[in-house]
Amino acid sequence: MDTILTALSYALAPSTLVVVFFASLFGLFVGAMPGLTATLATALLVPVTFFMEPVPALAAIVSATAMAIFAGDLPGALLRIPGTPASAAYVDDAYRLTLKGQAELALGAGLVFSVIGGLVGALVLVIAAPLLAEIALSFSSFEYFWLSLLGLSCAVFVATGKPVKGAVSLLLGLFISTIGIDVAAGYPRFTFGITELMGGVSFIPAMIGMFALSEVLRWAVGHRRAGVLVQQRIGNIFRGQLGLLRRYPLGLIRGSLLGTAIGILPGAGADVAAWVSYAVSKRFSREPEKFGTGHVEGIVEAGAANNGALGGAWVPALVFGIPGDSVTAIVIGVLYMKGMDPGPTVMLERPELLYAVFSTFFLANLLMLPFGWLAIKCFRRVLHVPREVLMPAILLLCMVGAFAINNTVFGVGIMLVLGVLAFFMEESGFPVAPAILGIVLGPLVEENFITSMIKAEGHVLAFFERPIAAGLGILTILVWAMTVRRALRPEPQIAVSAG
Amino acid sequence: MRRRQLLAAASASAIVALTATKAHAAWPERPITIIVPWGAGGGTDATARILASLMERELGVPVNVVNRTGGSGVVGHSAIATATPDGYTLGIVTVEIGMMHWAGLTDLDWRAYTPLALYNEDPAGVQVRADAPWNTAKELLDAIRSNPPGTFKASGTGQGGIWHLALAGMLAAAGMEPDRVPWVPSQGAAPGLQDLVAGGVDIVTCSVPEAKGLIDAGKVKSLAVMASERNPVFPNVPTLEEATGVKWTLGAWRGVAGPKGLPQEVVDRLVPLLKKIHDSQEFRDFMAQRGFGVIWKGPAEFAEFMAQRDASLGEVMKKLGLAKA
Repeated sequence: MDTILTALSYALAPSTLVVVFFASLFGLFVGAMPGLTATLATALLVPVTFFMEPVPALAAIVSATAMAIFAGDLPGALLRIPGTPASAAYVDDAYRLTLKGQAELALGAGLVFSVIGGLVGALVLVIAAPLLAEIALSFSSFEYFWLSLLGLSCAVFVATGKPVKGAVSLLLGLFISTIGIDVAAGYPRFTFGITELMGGVSFIPAMIGMFALSEVLRWAVGHRRAGVLVQQRIGNIFRGQLGLLRRYPLGLIRGSLLGTAIGILPGAGADVAAWVSYAVSKRFSREPEKFGTGHVEGIVEAGAANNGALGGAWVPALVFGIPGDSVTAIVIGVLYMKGMDPGPTVMLERPELLYAVFSTFFLANLLMLPFGWLAIKCFRRVLHVPREVLMPAILLLCMVGAFAINNTVFGVGIMLVLGVLAFFMEESGFPVAPAILGIVLGPLVEENFITSMIKAEGHVLAFFERPIAAGLGILTILVWAMTVRRALRPEPQIAVSAG
Repeated sequence: MRRRQLLAAASASAIVALTATKAHAAWPERPITIIVPWGAGGGTDATARILASLMERELGVPVNVVNRTGGSGVVGHSAIATATPDGYTLGIVTVEIGMMHWAGLTDLDWRAYTPLALYNEDPAGVQVRADAPWNTAKELLDAIRSNPPGTFKASGTGQGGIWHLALAGMLAAAGMEPDRVPWVPSQGAAPGLQDLVAGGVDIVTCSVPEAKGLIDAGKVKSLAVMASERNPVFPNVPTLEEATGVKWTLGAWRGVAGPKGLPQEVVDRLVPLLKKIHDSQEFRDFMAQRGFGVIWKGPAEFAEFMAQRDASLGEVMKKLGLAKA
């Protein structure tokens, strides 16, 4: 009890609160800017944290990343530019809600369920960190191979329209993910001797191009389906959220827990959590046909999942010094600098510091309600901007975002090429979401397959030798078999606009 | 006529003088960029950021760290080499500069840079699971020798990466074929170590500080360090030579460099500055906390060091069949 009180006195100390305040503003700004990610926010904070006490230093990172992941929903919902990769999974639903004049519902759901997901992630971190870290650590490339394959099968669920077009889109994404130096043997593929291509096609310019640029193009060619914002103002964002809470309690719990679990697994973070949760939500939804057309259910579940993943990622980082995602990779460095060396002993040696950091998780997530509300208030002004002004501005923002991730004009090129490609895909009824999923998961699938095969010396059955791997393998095969069966069975035609 | 000539001459010399002062006295007059060829959060990134924040304080202009990742370091290293040599773009050059041209990934080598300062070197270690049956590096080498090739697997970085060479070189120095322990490529030391604990591989030859979290957690033990001296942070880990009699050392290093042809006045200003930072308590504390090794070599020695390492790494890579040329 003494420890908890000491911890709270650290967490609520004025110096910590001031840091949390400014870090939150900073995180909101970074998250809302396309191309600037939560990871970047953390990296930029590190030099500042050199000169801080341990608790404020870590509190700064906690609050900035939580805000950034939420703020990524803002340009996603209003402009179809996901502010961070974690918002990409449900950007279509959020944007279409705005087009339908329900921006407050999309943004409110993003905010409220981000907060709940974040709180669940923090709770899991406090209660079960050592135990869960132990489980996560027992996963080797065999288990990860099956998990990433399961993730790929999500493509079937995130796709709207004809399954075969979704499959083509997924394969295109997988192809794009093979460009660059291959993950296993270090051999350059499809690079044509261009140094920049050796690094592969960066995910963020790809994402910005495929979602946002294609939307600008559609507007520019004056297509009838182009998004025309009917909405001029945003009402009370909190209205209707209680109803959502009552309507989708299961989805909310599932999203928060699944997101946290994916966060705990090393190598997968908030972006993968959002994709998988979105797919799971659609799979178990009573109205799966509405997904992708401006349906809030996926936002509830995936919005909770990506914020849950943030807390989850700290679990292996704190207990074993193994990063759960790219943010905690940086956090580990900060922990060492502050003399809180990661390991099970950190819980025994400096419990008051650790619990103080945990408290800031709760603090940051609760602060997100007023801060997020203010951010939405400011951001909604873009709705008043005439389209003739807004669209060129979005194009500019796309360029800046694509440039910012690696500080290279090459990123702008990737964004433009893939944006044009996505425009023609959508015009022809090919959904872009599976392609994005392919770019995200392609390297994971390939790397885990190759490394497993090297370990097994080419024996395919080794994928079923470890108990967890065998279970995951059977599950994957079942899911795939069911998908194929469903695709073969003639189904009632559902008219879904794919553009 | 004469007056006009005089005027022309005067204005010409004025222009020369103006531009000359601009080039001489003014550096740095605008923000400096430090390119890091590796991702945010890694060891190279962390050291670059502390250097940058200390440089910023000394120079009075912003010093920005920019991560140019991808292509096993090729992208970032070539970005440093092809930058305008005006002192406003510098970079962190790492051990891979002496490896990737041998692997045929690029033509770049250490000659493409103006070396400024070598500040860090971390030797490879030999890590196994804490419950592994071997308690010394000698027992491990004996087990590798007495079992058929491929019995044990190792990991810690990508195919042909620095820790892969550490393993292969150790096996070769111990009189075994360098591929007797197959290499399982990973995205870095942390995923490799995780696979070690999960039972996917048996040995990880990353540096000892990289394994510190898991060593402290009692999940991993370090049997030896491939250096001529023990690491003061890990005094109980013997050197490979002490443990096995095998003479083999290898480490990953990091240094500050600029593109080739950096103006002499920039070098003259930067090198003493970097030396001062290197000797500062803040830098030493940071490096010690992370367990990073500290070393200092000025421009001439650094160049010599890179040439030497380039040759020895090329030799190992050729022996392993990892070199193209």
